[in-house]
Amino acid sequence: MVWFLIALPLLAAALAFLSPSSRFRARLLPAVGALHLACVLFALRGWDIVPADAWLGLDALGGWTLLVVSVLFCFCAFYAPAYLALRPDRDNRVFVTSFLSFLGLASLLAEARHPGLVWVAMETTTLATAPLIYFNRNRRSLEATWKYLIIGSVGIALALLGTLFLAYSAHMGGLQEPLFFTSLTQGASRLSRPWLRAGFVLSLVGYGTKMGLAPLHTWKPDAYGESPGVIGALLAGGVTSCAFLALLRIFAIVAAAGEIQFARELMVGMGLLSMVWAAVFMVRQLDIRRLLAYSSVEHMGILAFGIGIGGRAARFALFHLAANALVKGVLFMSAGNINRSYASKRLPYVTGAIRRTPVSGWLFFLGFLAITGTPPFAPFISEFNIAATALTPPYLWTGVAFLVLLGGIFLAMSDTVLKVVFGTPPPDRVRTPYRDTAATTAPLVIALLLTVVLCLWLPAPLDHMIRSAANLVEGQP
Amino acid sequence: MLSDILIALIVLTNFTLVATSRINKAIQVAVIQGVLLGLLPIAMGLWRHPHIVLMVVAAITVKGWLIPYLFRRATRKLKIHREVSPYIGFTASLVLCALGTGLGLLLANSLPLAPGSRFALFVPASLSTLLTGFLLLITRKKALMQVVGYLVLENGIYLFGLMLVEEMPVLVETGILLDLFVGIFVMGIVINHITVAFDSMDTRHLAELKD
Repeated sequence: MVWFLIALPLLAAALAFLSPSSRFRARLLPAVGALHLACVLFALRGWDIVPADAWLGLDALGGWTLLVVSVLFCFCAFYAPAYLALRPDRDNRVFVTSFLSFLGLASLLAEARHPGLVWVAMETTTLATAPLIYFNRNRRSLEATWKYLIIGSVGIALALLGTLFLAYSAHMGGLQEPLFFTSLTQGASRLSRPWLRAGFVLSLVGYGTKMGLAPLHTWKPDAYGESPGVIGALLAGGVTSCAFLALLRIFAIVAAAGEIQFARELMVGMGLLSMVWAAVFMVRQLDIRRLLAYSSVEHMGILAFGIGIGGRAARFALFHLAANALVKGVLFMSAGNINRSYASKRLPYVTGAIRRTPVSGWLFFLGFLAITGTPPFAPFISEFNIAATALTPPYLWTGVAFLVLLGGIFLAMSDTVLKVVFGTPPPDRVRTPYRDTAATTAPLVIALLLTVVLCLWLPAPLDHMIRSAANLVEGQP
Repeated sequence: MLSDILIALIVLTNFTLVATSRINKAIQVAVIQGVLLGLLPIAMGLWRHPHIVLMVVAAITVKGWLIPYLFRRATRKLKIHREVSPYIGFTASLVLCALGTGLGLLLANSLPLAPGSRFALFVPASLSTLLTGFLLLITRKKALMQVVGYLVLENGIYLFGLMLVEEMPVLVETGILLDLFVGIFVMGIVINHITVAFDSMDTRHLAELKD
C-alpha cells in the first residue's frame, strides 16, 4: 500500500502524458484523486506501526499531512475537468501530467523516513509544479515561472545543505547511516550541537522558501497570481503543506536533541514577520489573486507561529494545516471563477461579483470570512486556540501581537474583498460567456461544508492522530 | 595532498567565474569546476569502494557532459549577445568573491570538525563556492548566467557532501544528482521560452509583476 500510494499517481501521470485524448486526460484526474484518497484512508489504519529501518512508511505526522493533501487534491481534481473544458484552446497534456506527478511526489515526501529522501521529494515537487504556473503561456506567467523556479531551487539547495549539516552532526555523534528519522530521534542527544543548529537554520530558510515564509516569499504573489485558480489552490494548500512537513521533520530532530527552545524562537520570529509582511502588502491590494497569495504568506506564518509556541498551539497548528488547505482551495477556485467571468482579476474591473456569478461570489465571500477566523469555519478553531495558548504568561506579548495582526489582516483583506463581492458591476466591462455551473462550484461548496464540519466535530481517530503528530513534532516518540 | 590541490583549484575557479565576461567561458569554467569536484573522491583515495567509483562516474557524466550539453542547446539560439552583462563591475565582483571566501573561512572556523578529520579545507571551500554561486545569481542579468550561479551553488553543496561520501546512502546521492540534472533541464526549457517571448535572455524584461 505504501508503494501503491506513490506509484498510482505517477503511473497515471505517465498514462496521461502518453494518451492522445484530452477528454480522457481530464477524466483521469478525478478518478485518480478519489482512488488515492480512498487508499490513503485505508493506509492510515496502520500509521502507528512504522518499522524503524524502513525507507517508506506513514507515521502520524506524514499521514496527517498526506491526508490533507489528498483531500485537497481530490477537490481540485473534481473541479479541474470543468475548468479545462473552459480553456479548450490550451493543451492539457502537461497540466494533467504535472498535476498527477505532484500527488505522487507528495505521497513520497509524506512517507519518506530519511531526511535525504524528503529533500529529493521536495525538490522534485518544485520541478513538477513549475510547468503548471506557465499554463497561460504569456509573458507574465513566464516571469512567474522563472522566479518560482530560481528562488525555489536556490531555497531548496540551502535545505540540502541543512540536511547535510544534520548528517554531519550525526556523523560526529557516531550515528551510522542510513539515518532514518527513528534512529535520529532516538540518538538525538549525541548529535553535535553547532552543526545541528546551523542545519536547522538552513533548513528553515530552505523549506521556508518553499512554504513562502517572509522574507523568502517573493515568488509567491507572482506564481499564485499568474497561474489558474485551481493551480493556485494546489500550490497554496498542497506544495506549502509538503514544505511544512519537511521542515517539521527537521524540527522534531532538533526538539529531540533538547534544542527546542532555540528552534521555537526562530519559528515564532519567522511566523510573526510573515504576518506583518502579509498585512502590509494586503492593504489596498488591487489584485485578488495576489491578495490571496499574501493571505497564504500570513497562514504559513500562523503555522510557524503555532509550532513555535508549542504544546496545545502546536496541535492546533497541525489542525490549521487542514483548515488552511481547504479554505485556500475554496478561495483560489472561486476567485478563478470570478476571474473567468470578468476576464480580469483586478479592482476596479472586478466589482459586484455577487450579481454576475452569485455562487462563486458567495463562496469567495464566505471563504474570506472563514480564512480570517470567523466561526463556524475550521480556521476559527485553530486561530482561536493558537491565540489562547499564546496569551499565557511567557509569551503574553507575542500573543497580543498575534491577535493584533489577525485583526489588522481582517481589515486589510475586507476592504478589497467587499468591493469585489458587493460593489456595483461596471456597466462597460465585457461579460464573458462564463456562468457558474454545478461542475465549477459543487466541489467548492462541499469543501466549505467540510470546514464547517471540522469546526464543529473532529472525529476521534483524527484527533488521536493529530495529538500523536504533535508529540512527534515536539520530539517525543 | 592531491585533494588539497584540487580544492585550491576549485576555489580558483570561483574567482575565474566572477571575472569572466563571456557566457560561454563562464559555462566552461563551471563545468571544469564540476569535473574537478567529481574527481575529488578519487584524489582522496576512495577508489576502492565500488559505490563511490560509480558515484564519481555518475557525477562526472552529469556535470561534465550532460549539463554542458543542456547549456549548448540553450546558447545555440543566441548568436550575438554573448556577454555576461553584470549589474556590478568585474572588479567589484572579484572583491565580493574574495570577501565571500573570507566569510567562508570565518564561518567554517565556528563549526567544529570530527577529531583527526582530513577535511579541514572542505568546509571553507564549500561555503565560499556557495557564496560565489549566490553572487553570480544576484549580480548577473542573463537568465543563463543565473543558471550558472545555481550550478556553482550546487557545486559548493556537493563539495560539502563529499565529507560524508563514505556514509551517504547511494539512493540519496543518486536522487540529488538526478534532481540537479532535471532542474537545469527545466530551467533550460524556461530560458528557451524567455528567449522566444522577449527575443533576449535578459531577466530585466521579467519585471512586470510587482506590488
